[in-house]
Amino acid sequence: MNRPASVRGSAARFRRFWRELSGEAVYDRYVEHARKHDPCAEVLSRREFERQRTDAREADPREGFRCC
Amino acid sequence: MPETAEPAAPPSAPRGRLTPKSITIWTLVGLVGAAGWAMLALSRGEEVSAAWMVAAALGSYAIAYRFYSRFIATRVLRADKNRATPAERLDNGVDFHPTDRRVLLGHHFAAIAGAGPLVGPVLAAQMGYLPGTIWIIVGVIFAGAVQDMVTLFFSMRRDGKSLGQMARDEIGPVGGAAALIAVFAIMIILLAVLALVVVNALAGSPWGTFSIAMTIPIAFLMGFYLRVLRPGRVTEVSVIGVALLLVAIVAGNWVAESSWADTFTLSPGALVIWLVVYGFVASVLPVWVLLAPRDYLSTFMKIGTITLLALGVVIALPNMKMDAVTDFASRGDGPVFAGSLFPFVFITIACGALSGFHALVSSGTTPKMIQKETQVRMIGYGSMLMESFVAVMAMVAACIIDPGLYFAMNAPAGVIGDSVQSASEAVANLGYSITPDQLAAAAKAVEEESLLSRTGGAPTLAVGMSEIFSQVVGGHGMKAFWYHFAIMFEALFILTTVDAGTRVGRFMLQDMLGNVYKPFKNVSWKPGLWFASAVVVGAWGYFLWVGVHDPLGGIYQLFPLFGIANQLLAAVALAVATTLLIKSGRLKWAWITAIPLGWDVAVTLTASWQKIFSEDPKIGFFAQRDVYAQAIDDGKVLAPAKNMDDMHTVVTNCTVDGVLSALFAVLIILVLADATRVCVKAIRNPAETRLDEAPYVESRYVAPAELWPTAEEKAELAEAGLGSEGGLRKESAGAGSSS
Repeated sequence: MNRPASVRGSAARFRRFWRELSGEAVYDRYVEHARKHDPCAEVLSRREFERQRTDAREADPREGFRCC
Repeated sequence: MPETAEPAAPPSAPRGRLTPKSITIWTLVGLVGAAGWAMLALSRGEEVSAAWMVAAALGSYAIAYRFYSRFIATRVLRADKNRATPAERLDNGVDFHPTDRRVLLGHHFAAIAGAGPLVGPVLAAQMGYLPGTIWIIVGVIFAGAVQDMVTLFFSMRRDGKSLGQMARDEIGPVGGAAALIAVFAIMIILLAVLALVVVNALAGSPWGTFSIAMTIPIAFLMGFYLRVLRPGRVTEVSVIGVALLLVAIVAGNWVAESSWADTFTLSPGALVIWLVVYGFVASVLPVWVLLAPRDYLSTFMKIGTITLLALGVVIALPNMKMDAVTDFASRGDGPVFAGSLFPFVFITIACGALSGFHALVSSGTTPKMIQKETQVRMIGYGSMLMESFVAVMAMVAACIIDPGLYFAMNAPAGVIGDSVQSASEAVANLGYSITPDQLAAAAKAVEEESLLSRTGGAPTLAVGMSEIFSQVVGGHGMKAFWYHFAIMFEALFILTTVDAGTRVGRFMLQDMLGNVYKPFKNVSWKPGLWFASAVVVGAWGYFLWVGVHDPLGGIYQLFPLFGIANQLLAAVALAVATTLLIKSGRLKWAWITAIPLGWDVAVTLTASWQKIFSEDPKIGFFAQRDVYAQAIDDGKVLAPAKNMDDMHTVVTNCTVDGVLSALFAVLIILVLADATRVCVKAIRNPAETRLDEAPYVESRYVAPAELWPTAEEKAELAEAGLGSEGGLRKESAGAGSSS
C-alpha cells in the first residue's frame, strides 16, 4: 500500500546522499549554517560561493590533494 | 621481523559478546579466507582461479576488520564516542563540518586511491603472484590500514593538523624539517614516475594520444560550464564530461585509422616535452579552468572503473597464468626491476599495502569532517582495505595474461629489442615462451602498433582489464575499446595528479623560498609563482626526460627510488604515530605502530643500502656507474647502451639516482633518531610530557560508528529523532538521553 511512498523516500534519500557525495550540497549547507545564527544574514549567491570555494584551492593546493 | 602477534585472537570484546551465531559466521569467514590462501599457496604447475585470490583477500580483510581494527580503535586509541570531534566543535559549514560517514568514506577512498595501487602490483608480478599478494594483504592489515587509521585519529585529536605539522610539534624542528624535505623530494620522484607511466603508454599510439589530448578541451568546457553557465552543478557537468570522454575514446579509433594518425603518433621524447609544457601551463592556470573539472572527471572515472574491474573479476573469475613464485624472486635478476624478493617486492608494492602518501590525506581534510571519533575505524582502516583490494585486482589483471606477453611488455627495450622476433628470443632467454606471431596478434587485438617494452604497468593492466571486461561485455571485438578505456582512465588521473602535485610542490617551494626572499611567501605573487612552478616542473621533467632516454629503462631504474621514497614517508607517519602513542602514555600498545615501523625501516634501509653499496651492478647504482665509467675509459660500449652518448647518460643517471637514494636514507635516519630521542624522554619523564591535543568537549552529536547502525545505535538515533545519517541531539532532549 505504502510502497510508492517508500520508493519516493529512498529516492529522496539517495538524492541527498548523492548531492553530499558530489559536493553539490555544500552551498545549501553554507546557507543553512549562516541562517542558523542569524536568520537575516546576507549570504553569497551560489555563483559567488562556488567561485570562492574553487579559488580557495588556489591559495592552498594541499587541500583536496589526492594520492598517487 | 614480520608480524609476530596473532591478530585473530579477539580482545575480550567489551560490549559485543560473541554469540553462537556470530562465532559460526566468523568461523565460516575464516574458513573461506583460509581456503583461498591454501589454494594460492599449494597449487603447483596448474592454473589457479582468481576466485581464490578474491576469497583469500576478502576473508582476511573481514577477520582483520572485525577483530584487529576493533581492538586498535577501542583498546589502543580508545576512540571516545562522547568526545566531540573538530567537525562538531569547529563546524563552520565549509571545511569543518560533520559529514555523513558513508559520504566521507567515499571522499576519503577517492582521495587515497590512485595509480599507485594499480601500477605496483603489476610490476611485482615478475616474482609471481604469491609474494606480492601476501604483502598486499598482510601488509595492509598490519601496516597500511593501521597507519591510515592511527594518523587519522591523531590528526583528528589535533583539529586536523597535517603530518608535517604534527612531526614538527610532537617530534621537533629537525624531524619536522626532514619530513618536509622528504615530502618535497618524494613529490618530484612521484610525478616523474607517474608521467613516465603515461609516456610509455602513449608513445607511438595515436588512439591513446588523441583520446588523452581530447580530455583537455573537455575539461575546458566543463570548467566554463561550472564557472559561468551553471555554478556548482557537478553531477550534470560530470555526466556531460564522461559522455564526451567515451566519445573521445571511440573517436580515437577513427583518428588512428585516418590521415591524422601521424599527427598523434608521438615519440617518447616529444611526449615528454608535451607533458612538461602541459604540467607548467596547467599549474599556473586558475584552478577552475583545468584542475577542478579534471578532478571531477577523473574521480568519477576512477570509482566507476574500479567498480567495473571488481565486478569483472568476480563475474569472469579468470585463471591466473603466471607462476605462484618465479625464479626472479630468489635470483634477483628480473627484467622489470632488479633485486631479490626482500626488500624489493615490499617497496615495489607501496600503495595498496602501505603508502606514506595516505598519511597526507588522513591528516588534513578527512579529520575535519568526521562526525564521531569511533568512525576512524571505518574510514581509516576500512577505506585502506578497499584500496588494498584494488591492488589485489591489479595483481589478478597482470597474472591472467600470458607470462610471455607480460615479460615482453615489461622488460626494458634494451633487453627486448625492437622486433617481435627479438622479443620472442629475449622472453625465451628469461625462461618463458611466446611466438612472434602471438606477440603481433596481442598488439593487433588492442589495435596497437606494438606492445613491446610498454613498461610502467599501465599498459599491462590495460591488457589484463581488456581481457576481463571483454569476457563479460562485448567479447573479443571489444578488446581494443576496453584497452584504450583502461589507458584513458589511468592517464586521466595521472595527468590530474601531475597538475595537482606540481601545485603542491610549488606551494612548498614558495614557502621555503619565502624564508630567503620575502615576496615568495605571498603565493599569488606572479613572478614567484611562475618561477616556483618552473622549478618544480623542471625537476620532475628532468627525471622524466632521463627516464625516457635511459638505455637501461626508466621504470627499471626509477621505480625502486619511488618505492623507497613512498615507504620513507610511511616511516615518518609511523614514527609520528609511535611517538604519539608513547607520549600519551600508551607505551604498552606502541608495538601496534612500532612493529610496522620496524619492518618498514628494515625494508627501506636494506633497499637503500643495496641501491648504494651493492657490488652487483644490476642493483647498486654506484657499482653500475663504475662498470660504465670503466668501459668509457677503455673506449668500449656496453649493451644495452648503443653509443658513447648512451654510456655517459648511464653514468650521469646512476650518480643522480645513487645520491638520491643516499639522501632518502639519511632523511629516514634523521627522523627516526629525533623520534627516538623524544620517545626516550617521554618514557623517562612522563610527567613533563606535553601533548598538543585539543581539549575534551562533550559531544552532542549522535551518529553510528559503522556502515550499518547497531540496534543500540538505532534506538539512540530514534530517541533523538534523527535519520541514519546522524545529527545533533536537541538541547532539551539531551537531559534524558542514555548513552
